[in-house]
Amino acid sequence: MTAELVVFFALAALAVAGAVSLILQRHPIHSALSLIVVMAALAGLYLLLEAEFVAAIQIIVYAGAIMVLFVFVIMLLNAGVEERTQLSSMARYAGVPLTGVLLVVLTFHVARASAAMTAAPLTEGMTHKVALLLFQDFAFPFELTSILILVALLGATVLAKRDS
Amino acid sequence: MVPISFYLVLSAVLFGLGVAGFVFKRNILTVFMSIELMLNAVNLAFVAFSRALGQVDGQVFVFFVIVVAAAEAAVGLGIVIVVARNRQSLNVERINLLKL
Repeated sequence: MTAELVVFFALAALAVAGAVSLILQRHPIHSALSLIVVMAALAGLYLLLEAEFVAAIQIIVYAGAIMVLFVFVIMLLNAGVEERTQLSSMARYAGVPLTGVLLVVLTFHVARASAAMTAAPLTEGMTHKVALLLFQDFAFPFELTSILILVALLGATVLAKRDS
Repeated sequence: MVPISFYLVLSAVLFGLGVAGFVFKRNILTVFMSIELMLNAVNLAFVAFSRALGQVDGQVFVFFVIVVAAAEAAVGLGIVIVVARNRQSLNVERINLLKL
């Protein structure tokens, strides 16, 4: 039981607890806070996978901008408590156990298929390599995403404007 | 060294929970957050494979997924604001004008 395995299980348990809490909470603001917990746990997992750039981007953009946007919209729309959803009996008695069976079968096959994949230890930082790829091989998609952001900005501004 | 399959199983579990939230929840904002959860699960799978294969292409893909998710969240929440203003409700079962 190495330290890395312990940290992985702690972060994984935190992520799954946050995801289950997102589904089970009745008020959307509690779901938003649970999603922030999931994103923080995933950032920790990215750090464990030695992807520092992705972990930083996850915290800054995903947890720091997108989730803040969600919280603002929840506040703006005055979202209230949702009524308790009644799961149909088919979903409750057949769906949930079958999902468990599916998960077990998938886990078995994924573990068997990727048992041969062992990662070599890294010698240098990943951010430098990511930057090289991003600005050389993926330069065109990178510029396209800036146009995408511009279009999304315009769209969100037009949509949220009141008819004057 | 944590085997890569652990990360993949965690990604599958998170994705399944996102699908469950997407199908069963009635508040449209919670449905949106389940979509973001699914995207995060896919990001984890990308980064895990990038580490296992020793290439950084997976992390560049994650960068693009995060950017597209940000754009989609902005426009999607704009649409939610307009719909909530018109229908006065955040219940997905009330937004059914296109239903046959």
